[in-house]
Amino acid sequence: LSSPLPQSLCLVVPVWNSSTRGVHDLSRMVGPKGNQRKRRTLVQFLGDHFYDVQALREYFFRKQALKVQLENRSFLSIKNQYGPYITGAFFILKQGGAVKFQGEEWIRPSGRGHFSLDFLKFQAVPVEAVDASGCALNYNGLDNLLPLKELQSLWLQRCPHVDDWCLSHLHPLADSLQELSLAGCPRISERGLACLHHFQNLRRLDISDLPAVSNPSLIQILVEEMLPNCKVLGANWAQGLKLAPEEQARDAAGPVSA
Amino acid sequence: MLRRALQPSMCRCLSTRGLSARRGGSTLDWGGKVSEIKKKIRSALPGGSWDAPYDTSHLPPEHADVVIVGGGVIGLSVAYWLKRLEGRRGAIRVLVVERDHTYSQASSVLSVGGIRQQFSVPENIQLSLFSADFLRNINDYLAVVDDPPVDLQFNPSGYLLLASEKGAAVMESNVKVQRQEGAKVCLMSPEQLRNKFPWINTEGVALASYGMEDEGWFDPWSLLQGLRRKVQSMGVLFCQGEVTRFVSSSNRMEDASGEEVILKRIHEVHVKMDHSLEYQPVECAIVINTAGAWSGQIAELAGIGKGPPGTLQGTRLPVEPRKRYVYIWHCPQGPGLETPLVADTSGAYFRREGLGNNYLGSRSPTEEEEPDPGNLEVDHSFFQEKMWPHLARRVPAFETLEVRSAWAGYYDYNTFDQNGVVGPHPLVLNMYFATGFSGHGLQQAPAVGRAVAELVLKGSFQTINLSPFSFSRFYLGEKVQEASVS
Repeated sequence: LSSPLPQSLCLVVPVWNSSTRGVHDLSRMVGPKGNQRKRRTLVQFLGDHFYDVQALREYFFRKQALKVQLENRSFLSIKNQYGPYITGAFFILKQGGAVKFQGEEWIRPSGRGHFSLDFLKFQAVPVEAVDASGCALNYNGLDNLLPLKELQSLWLQRCPHVDDWCLSHLHPLADSLQELSLAGCPRISERGLACLHHFQNLRRLDISDLPAVSNPSLIQILVEEMLPNCKVLGANWAQGLKLAPEEQARDAAGPVSA
Repeated sequence: MLRRALQPSMCRCLSTRGLSARRGGSTLDWGGKVSEIKKKIRSALPGGSWDAPYDTSHLPPEHADVVIVGGGVIGLSVAYWLKRLEGRRGAIRVLVVERDHTYSQASSVLSVGGIRQQFSVPENIQLSLFSADFLRNINDYLAVVDDPPVDLQFNPSGYLLLASEKGAAVMESNVKVQRQEGAKVCLMSPEQLRNKFPWINTEGVALASYGMEDEGWFDPWSLLQGLRRKVQSMGVLFCQGEVTRFVSSSNRMEDASGEEVILKRIHEVHVKMDHSLEYQPVECAIVINTAGAWSGQIAELAGIGKGPPGTLQGTRLPVEPRKRYVYIWHCPQGPGLETPLVADTSGAYFRREGLGNNYLGSRSPTEEEEPDPGNLEVDHSFFQEKMWPHLARRVPAFETLEVRSAWAGYYDYNTFDQNGVVGPHPLVLNMYFATGFSGHGLQQAPAVGRAVAELVLKGSFQTINLSPFSFSRFYLGEKVQEASVS
């Protein structure tokens, strides 16, 4: 029993042969051939053959992105009326996160997203901590958080749209921020972690479970060197050991090792 | 009259030849018309001329609205924006002609991939800011349904430019312009530099400017492939071939002072296939010259620069290929993860590459040291003699480094003022340029593409005004030059 070559190893040469159908196809052969032979769903099949269905699919695709952009708009009118702290708090609460003013308790929205507007009286009270775990926060939305000059702790766990650009955008908070958590964010890589060197006052940094980071243990060492005063919570050292028995089982089922 | 009407029909019965030879004054000319119709029917039937006798599907189409010469990042960006800004779906037929589909010598993929806003010309800063915005939201622009998202592998580490005593004043005024345009750049003194980056030797440095956001470097190949995939899904036609000839027509006109001006219009582009004498004449309305380092040759084909020197007709496109080397070296004790792209006072610059303490860098040679652009061979002695001493001086850890590899690429170097040429040619009415960026084409590509598309579709620049970058500045002698800091 021989296993087939993984599809990513098929090299495709853009030559004229019987399966290319003209000018378009010659240049479409830039990726592995395997992608073109994947099974298509009904909607995909219809989209391949009818312009209207294709346009409709593209419309729904774009609408998803627009939804995120709408949630991350800047609340200028609130900012002018109530000031930066209230704007930041309102933005986070609307996204589904929690906010803590200095000297007050945590304010969280209910399960259905409702929150009371009691915090409007805290116009002059700075925001101390923000818990935006799981929120659809993106680069533009962070503009609402940057005026919070006394922010000490920021939790961005499992935020699906926070990426390397967002980390470079956070540098105005460098003076006050002491705790930052990026655990579980799917889009953050080691390139974004490199711009955390501005945060010299940081005392706790959580960079565990970042799927896009290529070498978690090496990155942890490099980040610890970059931020000497900070306690970096990162790769689980036992992670490498846990995978080994599973890998052995896979090898036994596969082809004879070379 | 009846007799006259009858006579042609009688003659047609006698001979099938057209009657116009015999009766030149006939207004109806039935004979000629019928033979034309017969010819058309014969050609439409199988075996006629509408059906080519051999397979022509590898050739470009016979008609296209816009032909883009050069399929690098700028050409693809223009194609993208043309398709995005067209009024109706499928309104414009765009053909991209690229000589080498493997992009083996293209400047786009051999580039170091940096993007910065630290320029002195405001238009350059605006172009770069828009491009950073484009790259940040790249999946909003270039995402295709059912395909994986584009991953540019952007490093937001910023640029650090160092200035000596001589260049400090210029750097300060540059930073002022940059901040006015909205770039996030800060000035640092040698003391602050030593605190932030302890591996720098600040001897000879009077001032430094550091870009905090929207600056860094990315993978140009991903951008190229992302653009290509999106542009194909929008219906742009691609062709692998070389442009060998332009067929144009001229028009003599007089300007206000009575001097004669010859205006040209390109009607056909002859695209020659690879390793073959076969070519296809593509009838087109507009030609966009984005051939990068070879734009000068394309312009010569269109007759630009053929005239008495000193006149507008005799002004060539001053873009030529210039070879630049990029070296990769390994230094175990080198600068850490936070290293920006550091540009030294001597002109040498370097950045980190990956996680294994590898660094990548280059330097622009002086005019006298310019290497021969005939090939892409690397001269390692250039690194030993002209780069290493400056690097080792600026970063003492680089005294023990080991060169791992190197490559060379072309700049589409504008010998006039080292900034881009964007806009139509004043005499060849339908040729537009988007070339000559001399090393910062990749970082300005998205914005330049939009500017050219606006120019073609709407007639004028709508978002960023690039009229200082027009071709006529070569004739008028108005240089738009970057104030260099060294």
